[in-house]
Amino acid sequence: MKINHPLLGPRDASEFVYLGDANLINRPNAKSETAAQEFYDYQYLRTNNPGEHKELWFHEQGDRSWLVVTRNTLTHEIKNVELARNIARARS
Amino acid sequence: MRYSGLKILKEAFSGHKGWAPVWRNPEPKSNYDFIIIGGGGHGLATAYYLASTFKKAQIAVLEKGWIGGGNVGRNTTIIRSNYLMHENEGFYEFALQLWEKQERDLNYNTMVSQRGIINLYHTDAQRDAFARRGNSMILNGADAVLLDAEGVKSKYPFLNFDNARFPIRGGLWQPRGGTVRHDAVAWGYARAADLRGVDIIQNCEVTGFDIKNGKCLGVQTTKGSIKAKKVGVSVAGSSSRVMAMAGMRLPIETHVLQAFVSEGLKPVIPGVLTYGAGHFYVSQSDKGGLVFGGDIDGYNSYAQRGNLPVVEDVAEGGVSLMPMIGKARLLRMWGGLIDMSMDGSPIIDKTQIDGLYFNGGWCYGGFKATPAAGYCFAQLLATDRPHETAKHFRFDRFERGRMIDEKGQGAQPNLH
Repeated sequence: MKINHPLLGPRDASEFVYLGDANLINRPNAKSETAAQEFYDYQYLRTNNPGEHKELWFHEQGDRSWLVVTRNTLTHEIKNVELARNIARARS
Repeated sequence: MRYSGLKILKEAFSGHKGWAPVWRNPEPKSNYDFIIIGGGGHGLATAYYLASTFKKAQIAVLEKGWIGGGNVGRNTTIIRSNYLMHENEGFYEFALQLWEKQERDLNYNTMVSQRGIINLYHTDAQRDAFARRGNSMILNGADAVLLDAEGVKSKYPFLNFDNARFPIRGGLWQPRGGTVRHDAVAWGYARAADLRGVDIIQNCEVTGFDIKNGKCLGVQTTKGSIKAKKVGVSVAGSSSRVMAMAGMRLPIETHVLQAFVSEGLKPVIPGVLTYGAGHFYVSQSDKGGLVFGGDIDGYNSYAQRGNLPVVEDVAEGGVSLMPMIGKARLLRMWGGLIDMSMDGSPIIDKTQIDGLYFNGGWCYGGFKATPAAGYCFAQLLATDRPHETAKHFRFDRFERGRMIDEKGQGAQPNLH
């Protein structure tokens, strides 16, 4: 697989480390009344549907940026690659 | 029809005309006591133990493709009970004991071969960890022998003992570990279950559950709706997509694991070997092919095929462990979908929906568990009480902080 890095262009997937579902960006508020349940959901439960999947990849052998990759888990085709920090900033 | 030496002799003299198909292909009835979703090793074993040990009737196994077409036909056929944690070790030892009597139980030749498994160690720290693991195995009734380098050399003289970076210092040997003919396991359980009246329904995909007021009343399938008092889901690889139809999210990601077979070679590897420095394990089939594998690819996948970086990694591990296989050619390679759970351990449990039960999350260790997973899941379905050795495999262990994390990797499924 080749990941089209938004800053560096197409890079081989073996330069990256995989973390998992991009939902891991949305860390719950630890001060919330229901924090225990929210952290359980966040940490352990996954939607894990086949098809399009947004996921976090870390460019460890490169510029060490976190990317959100939109990839089809049935075909391994990569549709979109974004910088995770841009997504996180847009949300906050 | 009972198989025996006499039967083979009789058939040999009568032109082999007396062999018949060993299971029926019935149409589903409208109502069962038990429905098992998934006609793999675990599902068929569950149906067999429900019908035999737990004396239940009105059982159906629903399989979307053909039985044994999933992971039971895609693994590297290894059986062993060399785990560290007591929540796991007792269970896998129970599995190994069931493997040891499986052929007699099923009256079927599953080619159980206890040729021994050795996990190699390369450092003092690894040796200490293996000594500890061996003690844990012995405490749980399994067998374990800690070998030094000479001990390994007497069995496998051709290994690369003097690798500058990872010299082989010894290994943890489980003599009772070994290999089993994986397809025969599916066929053997299917035949034995069918003989006891279980309906094995192939090409019947479950498309939904009938759930009313928190109770599961049956399933929708491509062959119509079927009612059932209890439904057991045993579909590792597809667990999340099936349980999503019941509105559940699981502590599971689906990943792809590749396996490989070389061309046929003369007998060279007497048992099962795992390399402690890279992730590489190998045995030799009775046909002569080296059967080996390594790490999972490491990203979510439903593709049933892997990518080349892992192929390269596995080949590197193999050649650094035994340089002599460098000239052997690869005959086949394939990928299978596995349920990677959040702590690397499985789940055999009731769900919060009445009458709906779940068996899955086996990571890449489901094959060796087959008989015990079937037995324990059958007991849970039949009695609503977990088997003594499987009582820790619960859904709520993540919420309670009672993870069974053999490797201490945390909630990072691709590292287990």
